[in-house]
This record gives sequence, structure tokens and C-alpha cells, in this order.
Amino acid sequence: MNPKLTRRRFIKGVIASGVAAASTSLWYTASGQNRPAGAVERLLTINVNGQTRRVDVAPQETLAHTLRYKLGLTGAKLGCNRGECGSCTVLADDVNIYSCSTLTHEVKNKAILTVEGLRAADGTLHPVQAAFIQELSPACGFCTSGQIMSAVALLKSNPRPTRAEARQALSGNLCRCGAYDHYLNGVMRASGQLS
Amino acid sequence: MTYMHIGKDFTPPDIEGKVTGMARYAEDFRRDGLVFARLLTSPIPAGRVVNIDASEALAMPGVLGIFTADDLPESKPPANPALAKEFITYIGQPILAVAAESEELAEAAIERIVVEYERRPFVVDPLDTLIEGGPDPYPMGNSLIRTGEAAAGTTASGSGVGQIKWTADQIASFRAGRFPTGATFPEEWMYGDVDAAFAQCSTIVEEPFVTIGYPHHSLESRTGMAYWENGKCYFHGSLQSHTVGHDALSAMLEIDPANLVFINENTGGGFGSKIFPYPVMAVTGRFARQLNRPLQLRITRAEEFYIGSARSGMQGWIKVGLRDNGRVGAVDVAIVGDAGAGGGASGSSAAEHISIMYQPESMRFRGMSLYTNTAPRGAQRGPGQNEMAAVLSPIMDKAARQAGVDLVEFRRLNAPGMEAKIGPRQGGLSSSYYPQALDMAAADFGWEQKRTLPRQISATKVRGIGVGEGYHSAGASGYDGLLRIAPDGKIYLHTGVGNLGTYSYAAVVRAAAEALQCNWENCVIVHGRTDYHLQHSTYQGGSNTMFTETRSSHVAAMDAIRKLKQIAAAQFGGAADDYSIGGERVFLTSDSSKGMTYGEAAQKAIEMGGEYSGASFPEDIHNTTKRAVQGLAGTGLIGVGKDTLPKSGTAPGFAVAMVEIELDTETGKFDILNYTGIAECGTIVHPIGLRQAMNGGGVWGFGMAAYERHVYDPQNGLPANVGLYQSKPPTYLDVPVQMNCSATDMPDPQSPVGARGIGEPAQGCAVAALMSAISDALDGHLFNRTPVTPDMIVNHIAQNGFNTGDLKTNTF
Ligand code: FES
Ligand code: FES
Repeated sequence: MNPKLTRRRFIKGVIASGVAAASTSLWYTASGQNRPAGAVERLLTINVNGQTRRVDVAPQETLAHTLRYKLGLTGAKLGCNRGECGSCTVLADDVNIYSCSTLTHEVKNKAILTVEGLRAADGTLHPVQAAFIQELSPACGFCTSGQIMSAVALLKSNPRPTRAEARQALSGNLCRCGAYDHYLNGVMRASGQLS
Repeated sequence: MTYMHIGKDFTPPDIEGKVTGMARYAEDFRRDGLVFARLLTSPIPAGRVVNIDASEALAMPGVLGIFTADDLPESKPPANPALAKEFITYIGQPILAVAAESEELAEAAIERIVVEYERRPFVVDPLDTLIEGGPDPYPMGNSLIRTGEAAAGTTASGSGVGQIKWTADQIASFRAGRFPTGATFPEEWMYGDVDAAFAQCSTIVEEPFVTIGYPHHSLESRTGMAYWENGKCYFHGSLQSHTVGHDALSAMLEIDPANLVFINENTGGGFGSKIFPYPVMAVTGRFARQLNRPLQLRITRAEEFYIGSARSGMQGWIKVGLRDNGRVGAVDVAIVGDAGAGGGASGSSAAEHISIMYQPESMRFRGMSLYTNTAPRGAQRGPGQNEMAAVLSPIMDKAARQAGVDLVEFRRLNAPGMEAKIGPRQGGLSSSYYPQALDMAAADFGWEQKRTLPRQISATKVRGIGVGEGYHSAGASGYDGLLRIAPDGKIYLHTGVGNLGTYSYAAVVRAAAEALQCNWENCVIVHGRTDYHLQHSTYQGGSNTMFTETRSSHVAAMDAIRKLKQIAAAQFGGAADDYSIGGERVFLTSDSSKGMTYGEAAQKAIEMGGEYSGASFPEDIHNTTKRAVQGLAGTGLIGVGKDTLPKSGTAPGFAVAMVEIELDTETGKFDILNYTGIAECGTIVHPIGLRQAMNGGGVWGFGMAAYERHVYDPQNGLPANVGLYQSKPPTYLDVPVQMNCSATDMPDPQSPVGARGIGEPAQGCAVAALMSAISDALDGHLFNRTPVTPDMIVNHIAQNGFNTGDLKTNTF
């Protein structure tokens, strides 16, 4: 231990370690002591991709957990599981949300839409999906479903956004591959502004 | 040259899965009976494990077992152990894993484990261990002893830890921006007479510099899942390469490579950190075997910060001399590399970047790789070259300004052309059209016009324009190609290249489709699982795939064409040379009615057996490829071969970028108004894929220039920015609204389709151009440091004198 350690510096260090140790558990851990092991699950009815699904959900369970591990909808990815990256984005009543930072119980009365629910019944891709293919928008693809869901939310509220508006609307979706230009091209194409 | 496939866009087969959520990554796989493991990681930066008491945890219902360093072969520093025991060298280092029926239980069990540690001294800044009396990051010292060349695509090499110390005066001199006279540097190379050359230079610039490392932060962490069945290990992992990692992973699990099935169809980013299997994979596979249950070991975002690798840092000094004619006459550079806890720094590659991009007539490099008790470092996108590109560009700008030469004209005078030489041995290149790339960039960007624009835009806004260059060696040889023509006429193009997100795994096999002159609709790309019979392909990193794998694909196609012609000759008479291919048929050149379809020839190949059907194969192919051919034998016509095509010199990947920024002098923030990147990577194979590589690399360049860095608390060795929002990769709002990219599209003679790679230079040119533009906006001021943050800019404008900050690194 450094002999010149002062109390202020030590506290600074501990704050940093708090960041380091922050839980990325699959459960919403508002408090470090709030361990979910053994938490009682309750049968919930939720609406996902237009279907009514009945599923046992624990009080602290995140929507990402329910979707991925109980309903088998692994399209929403967990890039960080702490509200930093957007790869878990889904829509709740047409609003894009981070499913890793949303409790399933909070959205039980909302219509949830995930990337798996975008195709038309006949299998036709959603215009955003088709445009993203044409513009080679995804690189590694890990952030892609989140980008798509934010783009879908944007086009629902603003069908002909400017490129700058699209950039703002998608700015909660990180892409480590840096495929931003291609995602924006995809949004512009999906909104019929690029041919 | 007119191609059927090369230079044309196509839809890679995996992209639909990416937009529909059907593409699966390692963590998406579950299996009946799956158990979950989590890591207990070190809370101390240096020390050792004295005792582990897991009795309480193991008594918890549902907890299945514990896995520690004792369950693994012993690992000696500087190797980065999967689990630490005797040598803890950074906070966050894995100590043990616990498995339970649920992840929550595994986490709860970890909290009940009591680990007793013994602390050791630690250090987070390389110069603090280099100084006499300073703490060492390992008990036995502070530096990497190199015993050989770094393995391709990695910075790690060497097998020992030694100790290097400088006097307090030498450290003070280095921190003050002077060469530390008499100081020890274990690495050194030189060509020409540097001292004599400096004497003939009329412009001399001497500067210190520092670049801070930062995490790869691949968006998909390195979570893995493994299970064992009938003595075979099935491993769902996340690597950016594929078959080239197979043998290494088998060795980590101590099994015959034939008993490993590695499954990895999609990878959520790697950027150099997943080129080869990484240590924690040993825990996943072995723990699953020990418990005889399918096991998933999740790596969280925070854990990914620690074990997901990071770029090395540099602290350095450079002296550049220009002759009267604007040519770089001499360069002298000294680099202390920060290798973190394990791995190796990249000083020599950094110096090599200078040698190729400015073609100095003489040059000397002195360097070392020092350890610190910070996260382990490894290859990250252009290791060495790109961080050097960042600091070099403004320094060269200063020299050019001092000599009265325009920045682009200066680069033209020194640009690597066809006759360019590289590095200490002054070897040649396979080709270079870099001067043409520079001219293209200047024209597309409008350099001549922009350089005359006023720098002051308004009372608080200034304009800066900059130019920068990126380089990486971009191609190897000696790997295998493999394809199969089936009796139904389908052409199965096998590739053992990984899928790191660039679609190059798909682009390279189009070289085989090109040679076979077949429709793309009839081609099926086979990749992603080693039990799909995949050949030995290159590691995927270092801009290496395009050149290397278009060659091996071409070799496989040429072997198939030879066999097609021989089969036709056997059927219709004459010699094989009398036959041609076209329209997915092989036919007598003088009478095309005498011939057969590829499908019919494949059927014939099965009947003929031997090399035609894969029952026999060339001796010089890799064992992995032999196994693959054996697996395919008797199912069609097999085209297989090792790439022994002529290769000489270095195949380079080059890129040049130009940037225009608007900088706010009150906040220190800036917007990138214009970005132009030009690739010089031979023939364009996949135009939209190339644009994506250039744009993505550009974003990485902006990250290095302005945002990303390690920050440690030097008092406690604690990292302060583990999350994505703290060492922030650029977001949509940090990059230009639109990016502009293009390429020279001129063929390299050593690739059958003219292609070379571009992944790394795409970042190097962008960071260099942005650093150059920041300097330009501030009247040529040099920060000599990455990243340049708003507080540095504001402090400079307020004349607080911040420059390199005495070479401080890994902290604010
Ligand atoms: S996984 Fe939800 S924001 Fe990153
Ligand atoms: S495509 Fe890789 S993170 Fe966005």
C-alpha cells in the first residue's frame, strides 16, 4: 500500500472500486444487498410481438432476462446489462427502452415489440430490416437489433426524419464497430429518402 | 480487368440473421442441464493468494463446484494466467470460478468465499517502475524479455520477466522531453548513419509524446459455453479467427484437435483481442468437463474491461530531421511501451510505421516493453502503428511548417511509392499506390481550397484541417484453400476464416467463384463450425484476410479446375489442356458440345476416387485441412491446396485521411465537419464492405484521438473508468453526420485478384488526421498525447501550459 495514502485519496479510490465492482447481474440490483437468489416468481401475462405470453417472473427480473432466457427471444443482446450501450433495445408501446434496465413487472401492461416481431406474417422483412441489409448496416451485428428497434421507434413517430434527426434518435445505441454511417444510410433508405 | 464477382456488391449470407435477431452469438446458446459459472476476481493490484475458503459456498444447495488455478497447468509470468494464484498482477484478475444451477446462485456463492491475499507493491505508470528504487509489477521485475519475434497478429512474445532501471536523472530527462543519455534500451535497430544524417538536416524537431492505452470493449464480451459428449468438447465461443484457433484451444483443453468442435458463426467484435483463444476459455472447457455438465461462463461488461485486453501505451521521445529539399533525412525515436499486466508493447511496430510512411533516409529505434499493474494488453487494431500515427502526424506537421512546406506537399515528397522500403531490414513492398491515394484524398477533400480558408470562424470558433496516414502489413501466405463441387452442381466454398463482422470471410471465397466462373447463386459458403470440415485458414487480424485468403481460395479453385479438365479428358479423350471452363461446364475448347456440367464432373470425381474425390490429398496441407478433406471424401469433386504462390516483400495496407473540424475555444469541444478517407488496398473486392471498414476504422480513430483511455488511481491501483460511458467509444454524436470514403482500386500483383487488407490503416489515418486538425486549429500547438480531451484544450487556450503532462500515463 502506498505510504502516502491520504483519506481523501483513499475515498477516491474506493469510489472507483465501486464502479469496478458494480454488478452486472441479470437482475435489477438497485442495492448491493438485494440478492435475488430465492426471490419468489409470480405468473405474469405479457404481450410480446402481438402474442400473449404467460411467464413466471421474479420481482427484480429485467425484461431482457425474461425475453432472452424465458421466452427464447435472444435477438435483444446484452452488451453491458447496465444501460450504457442500447444493444438490448426493444419497444414498449412504441417507445424504445433498454430492456436490461427495465423490470418486466413494470411493462406488464404494455405491448412489447422485439426484433423477432418485425417481419410481416408472410415473412416479408420490415422496411428497416430490408434497408439495413441493402446498406450493409450491421458490421459484427451485436448492436444491430438495438439499432433497428430505435430506428423503428423513430420512424413510427417521424416517418421522414432528416439525417441529423436520425442521428439524435439513435444516439442511445452504441456501435463499437463504428457502423454509424451505414445505420444512418439504412434509416434514410427505410424512410424512402435514399434510392 | 473485368470480373464477374470481384468489385461487385453482394449480400453476405449472415446479414439477414443479424437484422432479424436470428444470428446467434456464444451467449445465446443454451443446453439442457446447463450450469452457470461466474468469476471471483482480484480486489488487489498485486500480490498472491494465500488461502481460499470456499466451504460455506460449496455447502449452499445448488452450488456445484469451484475451479481454481490448481485445476490448470502451471503458468509462469509473463504468460497471462486464466486464473491467478502466485502472481496477481491487476485488479479484476480472475482468481476462481464457481458453478451453480443458476447464475444468481453462483454470484451469491462467490460472496461467501473468503480469499486471503498477500499484497505486493504495485505500479500503474511505466516510468514509476523504471526509476531506480521504483516498485516492480512482478516480484521478479518489470520488463518483457523477448526471446523471439512476436507471433503474427499479436504483441505477445518472449518468455521471461527481467528488470530494467534508469537513474532519477534519466527519468527526469525523459519526462522533460530529452533523450535519456546512457539509459538502457533492450530493443534497438538502426539503418543508415543517423548522427551523420542529422548533421545534414536543416530542420530539426525534437518532441516527447505519450499515448494512453484503452480497452477493446468488444460489444460481445467473451462469454463462452462448453459441453462434452462422447469424449468430444463442443465449444461455443467468440473468436475473430476460426480454424487457426482450433489447435490452440485443443491444447488449452489438453485434447486431440479431432475431439474439439469449435462453434462460432458470429462474433460481436474482437478488434485484435480475439485473434487467438484467450486464457479464460480454458476455464469454461475444463470446468464443464470436471462437472460433466454443459457450462456457461458469463463475462460481464466490467469483467470484459479487465480481461478483454487493451491497447498498449507509449511514452516516448522523437527527433526528426528534414533536408533542404523537404525529404526526411533522419529519425531517432525511443519508446517505453506499457504492456500492462502481461502481453507485450508494440514499440518496434510503432517505429516501423515512421520508416514506411516517411521513408527516412536513416533511422534509429530504441525501445522496451514494461509491465504495469493495469489490465493486460494485446493486439488492438494496428498495434504500434496506429498510436504512432496519432502522435506523429502533428509532429511531422510542425517540421513541415518549420521548413515552409504545405502539409500535403510534404507528405507527397516523402510518400512510400513502388520502390518504398520498410523497417530495419529495409525490405521492399509487394506494391504501393500510396502517392495516388494522397492525391485522391486531396482532390476529394478539397485540400487546396480548404487550406486557404480563414482559421477563425467566429469569436469562439476556430477551424482546423489535418491530414494523416495509416499503415499495416496486410497479407501473408501459406494457408490452405478448400472447396467442394457436389453432384447437384452446388459449389461449397469452405473457409476457416472467422466472422469478425467485416464480411471478409465471404468476400475472400468469391475469388474461387471468380476463377470457377460460376454463378454466386450456386455457391454456398461453409463456415462457422469446425465440424463443417473447414480448412486451415489465416488468423483474422492485422488487415490480413483479403490478401491471404483470396490467394488460398484461388489455389483451391485452380486445383478444382485442373481436376475438372482431367475428368473431362478421361471422359472425352485428349489432354486436360484441351479443355476449358465456362457456364459451370467443362468442355473441349474446340467443340463445346463435348463436355459436362460441374455437377456431372463431381459425380464422375466420386466414381474416380483418389484426389478427385478427396480420398487422397496433397501432403503439404495442414493437419486441420487433412481432417476436413477426410470428412468430405467421396461427396464430390474436392479442390484443395496450400498457397505456395510467389510472395516477396511486405504486402502493405495504406490509408490516408483528411479532416476538417470546428473547435469551440470556450469549451474545448470540437465537431468533425468533414472526413475523407482513401484506402490503398489494391483492388476493391467488396465495395460496400470496404466503405464499412474505412468508416468503422475512422470512428475508432476519433475514439483514440479524443475519448478513450485508461484512468487508474495511482494510490490504490484501481481503474476509474471500467464502463462504456466512462472510457467512451464514440457515439453517433461524436462522428460526422456523413463520412466520405473511397479507394485507389489498383491491383497488387501478388494477389490473384489484386487485393490487400485495410482494417488497421482505416483507424490510423483517421486518428492521425484528427490530431493534425486539432493542432492546426490551435496554431500548430502540439499536445503530443492521446487522447486530447477538452480540458487539455481549454487549459492550453488559457495558457496554463499543459503539454505532455510530463509523460504521465494511465491517469488524468
Ligand atoms: S445491454 Fe442494455 S443498455 Fe447495454
Ligand atoms: S455492428 Fe458491431 S457493435 Fe455495432
